[in-house]
Amino acid sequence: MPAKSATSRKIMLLAPLLLFLGLAYVVPFLGVVRWSFTLPEPGLGQYRALFTDPLVQSVFFRTLRICLIVTAASLTMAYAIAYVWVRGSSLQRTLAEFCILVPFWISVLTRAFGWLAMLSNRGLINTWLQSAGIIAEPLALARNEFGVIIGMTHFLIPFAVFPIASAMRSIDERVLLAARGMGASRTRIFWTIFVPLTYGGLIGAALIVFVFALGFFVTPAILGGGRSVMVAELVYLRIFQSPDWGLGAAISVVLVLFIGILLALMRRFIKPAHLVG
Amino acid sequence: MQSSRPGPVILIVATAVALFLLMPLIAVVPVSFTPARFLSMPSGNLSLRHYQALIDNPAWAQSILLSLRIGILSSATATALATLFGLGIWMFQPRFSALLIGFVLLPLVVPPVVSAMTLYFLMTTLSAFNNWIGYDTWLGVALAHAVMITPFAVVLILVALYQVDRRIDLAARGLGASLATRAFKVIIPNIKFGIATAALLSFVLSWEEIGVTLFITSVNAITLPRLMWMGLRDNIDPAIAAISVLLILVTAIILGIRIFFERRAAAKSQ
Repeated sequence: MPAKSATSRKIMLLAPLLLFLGLAYVVPFLGVVRWSFTLPEPGLGQYRALFTDPLVQSVFFRTLRICLIVTAASLTMAYAIAYVWVRGSSLQRTLAEFCILVPFWISVLTRAFGWLAMLSNRGLINTWLQSAGIIAEPLALARNEFGVIIGMTHFLIPFAVFPIASAMRSIDERVLLAARGMGASRTRIFWTIFVPLTYGGLIGAALIVFVFALGFFVTPAILGGGRSVMVAELVYLRIFQSPDWGLGAAISVVLVLFIGILLALMRRFIKPAHLVG
Repeated sequence: MQSSRPGPVILIVATAVALFLLMPLIAVVPVSFTPARFLSMPSGNLSLRHYQALIDNPAWAQSILLSLRIGILSSATATALATLFGLGIWMFQPRFSALLIGFVLLPLVVPPVVSAMTLYFLMTTLSAFNNWIGYDTWLGVALAHAVMITPFAVVLILVALYQVDRRIDLAARGLGASLATRAFKVIIPNIKFGIATAALLSFVLSWEEIGVTLFITSVNAITLPRLMWMGLRDNIDPAIAAISVLLILVTAIILGIRIFFERRAAAKSQ
């Protein structure tokens, strides 16, 4: 083999993936950006529509509201199960891990379908409540915003658990022992020492969950039944139902900018390893 | 030694969360045995008709074979590219490592719907030039999936690489090993478990992928999730429950295998 400089060997290893993503992802994204300025006619018309069209506005606000609720709900629930996963007895830890990882590995479609089986008119909950005589008519639990929030929270809990659990694992046990030694109660140790020491993990979890929730469209499409459209589903509808590629493209560009700025500001809280369990 | 085990309050809350996480997966099981044509809980009679439908309707078998083919190709592509990239980052520690890693993680942090639109653009553009890779072709779907799953493979391989002791590579280098020898004889054997995990996770992610697939397929490249999606939107077909039960079983088995190998690797390293 002829002698090669370190630079050319480095390029040999790094270039294939960079080129692959550059050509198959970045360049086509620039194409989408171009659509947002040229379809249906050249100009900033689509961006103006984003800020004035009442339909788009209402979808933005609904998306923001749902994302905030989902983030708060998944963080709270993730915190409880992460605590048991990290600090429970050996059996509790195994059970918690099972409950976190099994849903994490199951496809978003299967999970959304599972919630339909739970929440729809002839689903588990309504069938039980009706046969127990508690309600006469089925409750509207799916195909609305409630169903969307439940389904998304369920999807995102594992993503919140990983950074929170990682923060809990890195707490120095001696700090807690010192607090106990000085006579602090369990509750006091938990709220004034343990929880503040996990703020970094909580912020990381909140960011991941919020960003993922923003771009979600499979779960809302299935559990919302078209009645609770979120931004991502709006893009889908704009491309496949009322062909308006320009608006879909403009929404995509704005979403990427928003998330890019958010992640750039908060990047020290995000650890990529947390995204894969 | 842990000083504080979870108290009763947090245990109750965590149990409720655990039930919340598992309930929808359990609820699928009775629905799959309903004798009715619509989504419902069976009352009394159980029926296997929806499992029978999976066998009788060839569309299911076709879509499963297609998803397997796409999953294997895209996972192999993503794992190979990610391994080269990971080796480059680890062996050379280039100046802008963080930036380069951030760049390859883009498809992971960009909202799926934006990636979907981007890949839709790519596929319709490619279709203008050839009939093989493009919109609604299986190679096109495999290419799009490879783009989407590469970041996961990169993360897993980097995590594995950071656990490798640098001194063994320095020793190999000091003894005059070439780049290829260092990569194939020294480093890769030490991260083979990470590479296998990356390939497995990539395959599962491609196997499950729906967001992008929905945008870039119409009638020819119907993957399994695409077929399920069609049965989920309006009138819900209980056959979806039957296939879901099977998928949950497969996932549990794959997860079991993964945990088994993890345990074995952990036992070996001790």
